[in-house]
Amino acid sequence: MKRARVAYAGALHEAQPADRAGFLRLSDGRVVGEEQVVWLPPVEAGTVIALGLNYAKHARELSFEAQDEPLVFLKGANALIGHRGQTRRPRGVSFMHYECELAVVIGLPAHRVSRDAARAHVAGYTVANDYAVRDHLENWYRPNLRVKNRDGATALGPWLVDADDVPWPPQLALRTFVNGRQVQAGHTRDLVYDIAFLIEYLSAFMTLAPGDVILTGTPEGTVNVDEGDEVVCEIDGIGRLVNTLVGDAIFGR
Amino acid sequence: MLPIVMPDVPYFPVTPYRLSGAICGALLNHAGSLAALGHAVHEPPYKAAPTGVVLYIKPRNTLLAAGEPARVDAATPELEAGVALGVVIGRTACAVAESRALEHVAGYLVVVDFSAPHGSYFRPQTRLKARDASCALGPAVVPRGDVGDADALGLRLFVDGRLAHEWNTAHQVRSVARLIADVSDFMTLAPGDVLLTGLAPGAPRVGAGAHVAAEIDGLGRIEVRVEPAESSR
Repeated sequence: MKRARVAYAGALHEAQPADRAGFLRLSDGRVVGEEQVVWLPPVEAGTVIALGLNYAKHARELSFEAQDEPLVFLKGANALIGHRGQTRRPRGVSFMHYECELAVVIGLPAHRVSRDAARAHVAGYTVANDYAVRDHLENWYRPNLRVKNRDGATALGPWLVDADDVPWPPQLALRTFVNGRQVQAGHTRDLVYDIAFLIEYLSAFMTLAPGDVILTGTPEGTVNVDEGDEVVCEIDGIGRLVNTLVGDAIFGR
Repeated sequence: MLPIVMPDVPYFPVTPYRLSGAICGALLNHAGSLAALGHAVHEPPYKAAPTGVVLYIKPRNTLLAAGEPARVDAATPELEAGVALGVVIGRTACAVAESRALEHVAGYLVVVDFSAPHGSYFRPQTRLKARDASCALGPAVVPRGDVGDADALGLRLFVDGRLAHEWNTAHQVRSVARLIADVSDFMTLAPGDVLLTGLAPGAPRVGAGAHVAAEIDGLGRIEVRVEPAESSR
């Protein structure tokens, strides 16, 4: 099953794809066009955990030499926006890029869960586009929040796809398009640390709770994007997440 | 299984009346923190002192309910116990000017931020900073109007009754107002969020059985025991 959270006509609703392409069926029965609703992140996220450097550009062994454990950082609620949202590109920065990622949503509390038992703790999956402003990278708790936890710079959606509807482990192709041109391609089989490992690793020191989200990292192919660009991140069987970059002016900056 | 707790501080008398559960702290905001690293600041991997504000998040699994112990285990037999000033946001703060920043503060509280000791600040060190049961808040949110100058508060941390660490927010690089301005430039702070203004170098290490108490001028005192993690929950 695929579920979205949308705002329509003054209230929040759960929604599913309608039989008619381009339409949603709200939980109260109304069928509305995809562009008539405001899409929210498909889950009310708890802790958002992100992985850096989790796709090996070259051989797997090379990457293991470079890292002795996963590069994990955390994000706040301020960063999250839904499908068809707008993300601010600050004036004057030279390098801001998208990151298409498979997002794993936790469904059962996970405390010291082994990788063999990890699957049962996954509620489902969605697509993430986790922007970074590289101009602000400094070598302290890198990447830090000014780079990776900016307001509205982590899009999630459109759907939460039930774990039962996705083969385990997920073997899915990811791709990103900027203004219709493909700029990024990858496949989750190339994850350095796979989902089962990540749940084991994380749950050894932090209890994961339902609604927590793990952004599993992005493959190669991140290029600068500019104000006005439409960025589409797509993962087979999970969804197609659209985002538009906007400038400072509409924020009064 | 550890329960997920919301910070267990009493309802407080100013808006927003309760905490959101989001906790974010500033790294290296004490003038002595960078100095303690010496020349290493200019060498790899850091190469230079930070220019922007450096932050970390204490996620919800870190929050201790009142009376709940901090946990050590075989892999991490000692924790660094740092006392920090917690700034409780009262009004949404997005791109606020330093001169108006304090208007967004509801009040202040005492925080003990437990970390697994780490000498490197290059990567975010989530495994060491975001451990279960590693952040104590309390005993109450004191409204801003009842606290004098938040940039001149004495902080004290006691281990087993002995004063182990003492410092003053006057030694912070960014004042409370400057910190809110710098953070809210890219990250909106919401009512009930808590911003930790920083830790000071020299925080003591504590192991199983330790009794930690922390106090800040005018904000009261909290006490936390350190206990071994149950091996199988």
